[in-house]
Amino acid sequence: MHAESAVRAPLIYGNKTYHQITEDICRPIESKPTRLYLITITFTALLMTWGLFMIGWTVWFGIGTWGLNRTVDWGWDITNFVWWIGIGHAGTLISAILLLFRQKWRMAINRAAEAMTIFAVICAGLFPIFHMGRVWLIFFNLPYPNSRGPLWPNFNSPLLWDVFAISTYFTVSLLFWYTGLIPDIATVRDRAKKKFTKWIYGVLSFGWTGSAKHWQRHEALSLVLAGISTPLVLSVHTIVSFDFATSVIPGWHTTIFPPYFVAGAIFSGFAMVLTLMLVARKVMNLQQYITLEHIESMNKIIVLTGSIVGSAYITELFVAWYSGNIYEQYAFANRALGPYWWAYWGMMTCNVISPQLFWVRPLRRSVWFTFFMSIIINCGMWFERFVIIVTSIHRDFIPSSWSYYSPTYVEISIFAGTVGLFLTAFMLFAKTMPVIAMAETKHILRISGDAQKKAAAAHSHSHEDLPGSIQVH
Amino acid sequence: MRNKFLVGLYSDEDKMIDGVRKMRENHLEVYDVVSPFAVHGLDDALGLNESRLHITGFIYGATGLTIALTFMSWVFTSDWPLNFGGKPHFSFPAFVPILFEFTVLSASIGMTLTFLLRSGLYPGRIREKLDERTTDDKFAVVFRINKKTTAEEISKMKDMLQSSGAEEIKERDLKRHY
Repeated sequence: MHAESAVRAPLIYGNKTYHQITEDICRPIESKPTRLYLITITFTALLMTWGLFMIGWTVWFGIGTWGLNRTVDWGWDITNFVWWIGIGHAGTLISAILLLFRQKWRMAINRAAEAMTIFAVICAGLFPIFHMGRVWLIFFNLPYPNSRGPLWPNFNSPLLWDVFAISTYFTVSLLFWYTGLIPDIATVRDRAKKKFTKWIYGVLSFGWTGSAKHWQRHEALSLVLAGISTPLVLSVHTIVSFDFATSVIPGWHTTIFPPYFVAGAIFSGFAMVLTLMLVARKVMNLQQYITLEHIESMNKIIVLTGSIVGSAYITELFVAWYSGNIYEQYAFANRALGPYWWAYWGMMTCNVISPQLFWVRPLRRSVWFTFFMSIIINCGMWFERFVIIVTSIHRDFIPSSWSYYSPTYVEISIFAGTVGLFLTAFMLFAKTMPVIAMAETKHILRISGDAQKKAAAAHSHSHEDLPGSIQVH
Repeated sequence: MRNKFLVGLYSDEDKMIDGVRKMRENHLEVYDVVSPFAVHGLDDALGLNESRLHITGFIYGATGLTIALTFMSWVFTSDWPLNFGGKPHFSFPAFVPILFEFTVLSASIGMTLTFLLRSGLYPGRIREKLDERTTDDKFAVVFRINKKTTAEEISKMKDMLQSSGAEEIKERDLKRHY
């Protein structure tokens, strides 16, 4: 059996058995919803309904109900789109890239993070779709034989690349998530007592048995999907950044955008995973599975990606100055000192300064501090997208058409509505599906569990009292 | 008789794998192992061939790539050539993002469907279970019993299951294949 060094802290605490893992992870699904749960989900569902109503309002009365004007034609909608897509990136990063790097700590959080990806991409997709105005003509985006020539969409346009990137990303994430869920749904099915519950989980489990050949194919599928999702997740935000980078707008027209956007996406995605999982681990009593080591590892990724984002901001400023191009220089001076200075400095404080605090180990391992920081980073990353989009275009080529943009209550309501949609979907998921990948957790129990670690530590004590060997308690 | 199985349930996957190895060395044909998670080393112990799923993935991906490249080239060079600022009609670099996305999309949809189809998994598929606990914490070593199986063989199977650490041994007669 493959054993892991006792120096690494266990990933599962509490001397679990396989059966205990099943019990712990299925308990939230099988128990009655608490009063707190019902109150929260009612609130988020109302928020979602309000947002959907305002989307209907937009469709009925047109984009004129938003605060956009001739100069600022991308405002909160595209800001929110990029923000949500970014949040979605953590799920694929955790389950695909960390799988390829054989990071076992991903197992406690991958399922929930993948679910977040799917809900975040749904929220993201709503914005460009409804910004089209005549949403009933959305199929014009698709290359289908038509009576206009046939006139095809422009395959050279980053906006069309986005259509392909986002829809591929959504589909692949969904397949990855659901095929991973099938064995765990089967576990819930086999434990179900009520006839209806048994039936519904039976339908959803696709008749999974756990036969050796099926497991072999399942492993092969997960590995290949992870392999192709890794470049996919990098390509998605790269293509989102092309929406800006391929234009000729000062402030947008920069080659640094793809890596900068990808790092920012992972940064914000991890922050959102932390926000939700810190609450979920407490409410669902999963502290022995989502341990401080998991939180610390995620915070380390936040330091890394936050630093990449920070250096990208500074590189951008330097290059604007060094280019000698006065329009480029003005775009950046205007960001920091113009009418939207508050967004710029909000972004700088939240994204550049605050993640550096995670160099301090006690702060990385503090649940409350991490929760607080995750909110700060989510806000910071929203400001970043707002700064990039709105400040770059609000003072365009002719000073007579310069303008100021603020959102109307319709735009704010739609954004709040997507937050409601996201939270409602996540809460429904957490109540009906195993939030931790059970089969995978059982797989690492004998390698990274508490008992295994203690045995390994005892073993190393009795055999080798080498100088400098690390004691594990 | 067609769907009669002899099932040995284990709690420890290491004992189960050792058992499977010994049974195969003793010329018993282990029909299947049903487990709550993918046990590493089991494919080897059971003598399963490597899955060819990744090869199908490559084929689906290559097909998707070819379709996307052929289609975009046909649209922009012969069906409706558009002039974008005097740029070449066949502008390959600009096709790359969609080529990549469509390759990934084809490979993943194709592979997932192949996986489901080959394993006989689909929404609403109901299978009779050998034991409810195999999705929880038990590993089941399964022998198939048919007309040719002699009583002697069955007792040998039972002995081997017993000696390798199976905690429960039972015969299951299912209406259909599990």
